[in-house]
Amino acid sequence: MNAAARTAGADRWFAPLLIFDILAALAMVGVMWTALLYAGDAINLAGVEQVAQRIFYFHIGSNIAALLGFLGSVVGSVGFLFSRRLVWDRWAVASVEIGTVFGILVLLSGAIWAKPAWNTYWIWDPRLTTATITVLIYIAYMLLRNGFDDPETRARFASVYALFAFLSVPLTYYSARLFRSIHPIVFDGANEEAQGGFGIGPTMGQTLTVAMIGFALLFLAILFHRVRQLELEARIEALRENYDE
Amino acid sequence: MAEHSEAGRVTRKGGGLAAYLRGVWAVAEKDVRTEFRAKEVVGTMAAFSVLAAVVFGLAFDLRVPRPELVVPGILWVIILFGGVLGLHRSFGSELDRGTLTGLLLAPVERSAIYLGKVAANLLYFLIMEALLVPVLLILFDVNLLKPLVLLALALGTVGYVGAGTLFAALTAQNRARETLLPVLLLPVLAPLFISGVGVTAVVLDGRGNAEAWPWLGIMGLYDALVYAIAFLLVDVIWERT
Repeated sequence: MNAAARTAGADRWFAPLLIFDILAALAMVGVMWTALLYAGDAINLAGVEQVAQRIFYFHIGSNIAALLGFLGSVVGSVGFLFSRRLVWDRWAVASVEIGTVFGILVLLSGAIWAKPAWNTYWIWDPRLTTATITVLIYIAYMLLRNGFDDPETRARFASVYALFAFLSVPLTYYSARLFRSIHPIVFDGANEEAQGGFGIGPTMGQTLTVAMIGFALLFLAILFHRVRQLELEARIEALRENYDE
Repeated sequence: MAEHSEAGRVTRKGGGLAAYLRGVWAVAEKDVRTEFRAKEVVGTMAAFSVLAAVVFGLAFDLRVPRPELVVPGILWVIILFGGVLGLHRSFGSELDRGTLTGLLLAPVERSAIYLGKVAANLLYFLIMEALLVPVLLILFDVNLLKPLVLLALALGTVGYVGAGTLFAALTAQNRARETLLPVLLLPVLAPLFISGVGVTAVVLDGRGNAEAWPWLGIMGLYDALVYAIAFLLVDVIWERT
């Protein structure tokens, strides 16, 4: 196969990966600087809550990355089911793996913030419930994949699960929402019972934009690395089969 | 009906829907008859649900002032875990006996096989629940025989069995099938579980039926979604077995 015969020096991933690595590194430096130094204080908060609110930028940033992972898994799964090409499956699994890491970071950063703001690490709020369930679904997805040897079967079954899980998540949100919610909705302030929320000033808005773009770039950079790695893995597998024959 | 052979009855010419339903019925009947002879699933599910109710009784009875506070959770947790026990046998026993290929070669639609399995599993679940509700009444003195609770049980069971049968088919060929099925199912069943507990709690608290309907709506939506996806994807699962 020509894929197998391609030499290492001609790796078509090399240049884009380098660009994305540099972009992501610069963006993360930008996120650190804006989130910790540039962004103004929240006016209505004091003491520990004032310090804690800065985790918000990392929380939202990780959330964007986790969301991208979630969407990537669905796009990859649908793409695989329609095209039956394993390249789609590689994008799906890479998205899930990285999305899981960011999803766990969302939960952890939220819990750290919630202790001073809500006086508890955890509460079964709709968003928290939904985020937790989503991370659990990701983990189940990876465990499911683990048990299949044939890459085609693995991709097929994992796609079915990913699609099913994707459609169940909004319902999880709405069922949990019927219980009272205290999670702040920062952007439209629609939740009257929210605890620990704060308004967004201009520097905070800019910081938020930087954080969202920065984490999206970080996600993409890691995603490309992982997809490339999976592709190389598949190539090694193909070469090994050729060698055995 | 007796004059037709098994295969003849299924493949007999007839209207599209009637033939389809005959296929569903044949698979369901086969499953129930096998179960009636082997007694693998229903006995285990029933014994587990009673045992779990006793364990919950021992765990909570001394600690909780009013059993109404915990019974909604107990009911749905037992159904959730008891159901998994039966579901993984749905395709596991076919694989163990080497009959899955034969089943898939049957001249019926793949979705009819799925629905037949669903129908058989529904029966097992209903038997388990019919046992569980009186047991909870005796152990906790909480009467769950209320129309809305029964409606929630019906909707929850239909959705659970629909998703569970689909995932049982997914995990049947997996190396870790017995342990994997609950891990796959439980997060996806969250809407049903939350809503089921919600409805039961509303009814037991006597908060009025108006509060129960949104939850029942979510359960109905979930059920519709489950079967829509199952019909779309069931062919994908078995396309190369």
